[in-house]
Amino acid sequence: MKGFNVEEIRKDFPTLMQKVNGKPLVYLDNAATTHKPISVLNAMQDYYEKFNANPNRGAHFLGVSATELYENARERVRQFINAKSAREIIFTRNATESLNLIAYSYGMKFIDEGDEIVVLISEHHSNIVPWQKIAHMKKAILKYIYLNHEYRLDMEEVQTKITDRTKIVSLAQMSNVLGTIFPVKEIAEYAHSKGAIAIVDGAQSVPHMKVDVQDLNTDFLVFSGHKMLGPMGIGVLYGKKELLEKMPPFLMGGDMIEYVEEQTTTFAELPRKFEAGTPNVEGAVGLKAAIDYIEEIGFENINEQEMELTAYALERLREMPHVKIYGPIDLKDRGGVITFSLEGCHPHDVSTIVDTCGVALRAGHHCAQPLMKYLKAPATSRISFYFYNTKEEVDIFIDSLKRVRKWLGYES
Amino acid sequence: MNLNELYTELILEHSQSGHNRKHLDHANCSERGHNPSCGDDITLELICDEEGTIKDASFTGSGCAISQASTSIMIDLIKGKSKEEAEKLADIFISMIKKEITDDEELEVLEDAIVFKNISNMPPRVKCAVLSWHTLKEALKNKEKS
Repeated sequence: MKGFNVEEIRKDFPTLMQKVNGKPLVYLDNAATTHKPISVLNAMQDYYEKFNANPNRGAHFLGVSATELYENARERVRQFINAKSAREIIFTRNATESLNLIAYSYGMKFIDEGDEIVVLISEHHSNIVPWQKIAHMKKAILKYIYLNHEYRLDMEEVQTKITDRTKIVSLAQMSNVLGTIFPVKEIAEYAHSKGAIAIVDGAQSVPHMKVDVQDLNTDFLVFSGHKMLGPMGIGVLYGKKELLEKMPPFLMGGDMIEYVEEQTTTFAELPRKFEAGTPNVEGAVGLKAAIDYIEEIGFENINEQEMELTAYALERLREMPHVKIYGPIDLKDRGGVITFSLEGCHPHDVSTIVDTCGVALRAGHHCAQPLMKYLKAPATSRISFYFYNTKEEVDIFIDSLKRVRKWLGYES
Repeated sequence: MNLNELYTELILEHSQSGHNRKHLDHANCSERGHNPSCGDDITLELICDEEGTIKDASFTGSGCAISQASTSIMIDLIKGKSKEEAEKLADIFISMIKKEITDDEELEVLEDAIVFKNISNMPPRVKCAVLSWHTLKEALKNKEKS
């Protein structure tokens, strides 16, 4: 890999350098959130030390600088996902808020009784619950596309569920539980052929692969900054300009207005129409620094490192008795997320026991209860990689996992 | 944290043995308790007689070793006790986990359940340990109303 040295990279991440329970931290919970490089932390500190002002108002030096930094971040995000215009980039708190914005603004205006909203059974709760609410309020129908036995999509099932009555198709590009990468471009195309719009949840994909909104021809893309080296509390909503312009504002207040009379208000143009209140400039600055870092490493290197780790972890897990993997075994269209169960062991016990070896993994239903029910798996454990993980860490994880059944009183 | 203090023989014995894990045919009080975030889900069943004595108790459901053992140990403790006594024990247990009661002499009435004392040092596992005790309190409260 050109210029890729994982040991050098790790030095950029102070949190990865510490010990947990007396052992070096082995952080395998990157699908939940990632750690931050020094450059991101410095960019945010720098912002507060030198600028810190409320953007979009006031003509003083700091106010103008804060506005510039905020808008530079928006332009950086535009380049990163190849949107046509920076006005198509709305800053939110996270992917969840972005999805809620679409549901409450687009959904409440354009969904009518009997219309269909289609999602995958593997969606995160954030891409299910807002649609349940809209379907309930509008007497619309929420439909699920189910997966095949390889945890992938059959286009036949897609074509059965998306019909002429479908108005919205919303799906994650990569499952946060299974690691499956879904063919969102094909699905968006099919949705469009039926007159529906396509929403792509990129929370798990955008940090790990090049996502080009024009190439995918998706109507909306949402993602979170904190899952891609950025700070918590900053997220992105991309929307095609012609759709965003038709949509009513989601939150009302300062910054999103033009003229306010006693009883009426006209709203600001995009993107400010959707950004009520003082924005998270610190977060936007941090997100920009995170994008800079990711592009410096390069998606090719990121993918190569993550796939090597995923292949190795899958191989080691499959050698272990009592382990069941939920997700594709082949590496094609698959990301670095592996969900598994250990026979007879509740995932919370698994998590506690491996934690004593310094290993951080996720236990539970991973915010995807309908999927866990569909898979008949009450609760599972999950490891998820980022480019800063190493093969040695996989070994430490496997060794710690081997201890679990003994601690719980099993012979082997 | 020392795993030996967490996964003690007593806890493992109770989490794996099925002696309190069954359905009671003539239960006159039943209550479900669950921790949605981690998937512990139990249903507690009681048979209370006219005088308010808990004649029998059992549970069904699934969850981690801590939640299952805590439920089973609680059932052993409350069988034969009056509803008031059981409620008092639940309060003492919850106070122990909250570190409001730390004196071992005061905790003696909890018998085997004292084994969970160290859970108070492990915030992520506290809700596993207290689930059944909260469920018991709910069950007794609802029984009162009916």
